Amino acid sequence: MNTLHSLDKKIINGLQGGFPLCEHPWEELSRQLDIPADEIIARIDRLMKDGYISRFGPMYNAEKLGGGLTLAAMKVPASRFDEITELVNAFDEVAHNYQRDHILNMWFVIATEKPEQINQVICKIEKQSGLLVYNMPKKEEYFLGLKFEV
Amino acid sequence: MLDERQLLTVLQHGLPLVSRPYATIAEQIGSTEQEVIDHIAQMQQRGDIKRFGVVVRHRKLGYQSNGMVVWDIPDDRVDELGVCFGKFEFVNLSYRRPRRLPDWPYNLFCMIHGHDREDVMRNLAQMIDSCQAGNIPHAILFSTECYKQRGAVYIHDQTAAGHGA
Repeated sequence: MNTLHSLDKKIINGLQGGFPLCEHPWEELSRQLDIPADEIIARIDRLMKDGYISRFGPMYNAEKLGGGLTLAAMKVPASRFDEITELVNAFDEVAHNYQRDHILNMWFVIATEKPEQINQVICKIEKQSGLLVYNMPKKEEYFLGLKFEV
Repeated sequence: MLDERQLLTVLQHGLPLVSRPYATIAEQIGSTEQEVIDHIAQMQQRGDIKRFGVVVRHRKLGYQSNGMVVWDIPDDRVDELGVCFGKFEFVNLSYRRPRRLPDWPYNLFCMIHGHDREDVMRNLAQMIDSCQAGNIPHAILFSTECYKQRGAVYIHDQTAAGHGA
């Protein structure tokens, strides 16, 4: 599972703390990590192509930018799971969809450009599936780290 | 002049892997390298950009297990426990959300990543112990399948950022 080169790990761990904001960010990063700039770029390119990194860039705060964001769950009968997965994932606004071991067995994130569109997406999913969508928007955020030491 | 919306739209696809990425972005939106750098810095300060760096696919990196631990906490203890749980290195997210009774009594959500389920359970035991949460009803929902893991689209021309709604 974990076949990363030690330099790849060093780059991933280093970058999760941020990327320099200056004209020559790679040179700055190169000094921080003690890895040649060209090699950092080549390794990130490889890590993205191999799927270890899904994105390299900014993570926006949707609410502050005026967007809508929520976590939603559904109680999907086992016999309809594949059908509903397809139905839900067909929405561009659905970002992450996980099956979880609970009566509420499908969990996904909905992200929209405007907050009021969240309810529109939920209504469409309910109408098309005939199932209830439990909307659980964030009320308070105590921490968002999302760092993975590798 | 820099158009913020244009900048966000271009940036949501990620930063180009070129020697001067901010200059490339500037060219695409008819701005200057310095303006782009300054504007991103401002957005980070304002909190419009939470982080700038890489988003890893944790499954591919050996973090095979992702447990969503949910708690039914009396309203007057939610803040205290939310903060306490959020301090652990292995807790990637600690959010308060509405209960959806009768099916869903839980009002605090923590995401815990681990190399396997045992690892996640050990981490959970440590949280309960050190935050004195032994009497708080909770459940742990492991993900059994990942059907879609991609960034959310905030500006709808295509792809973008984020995990943890």
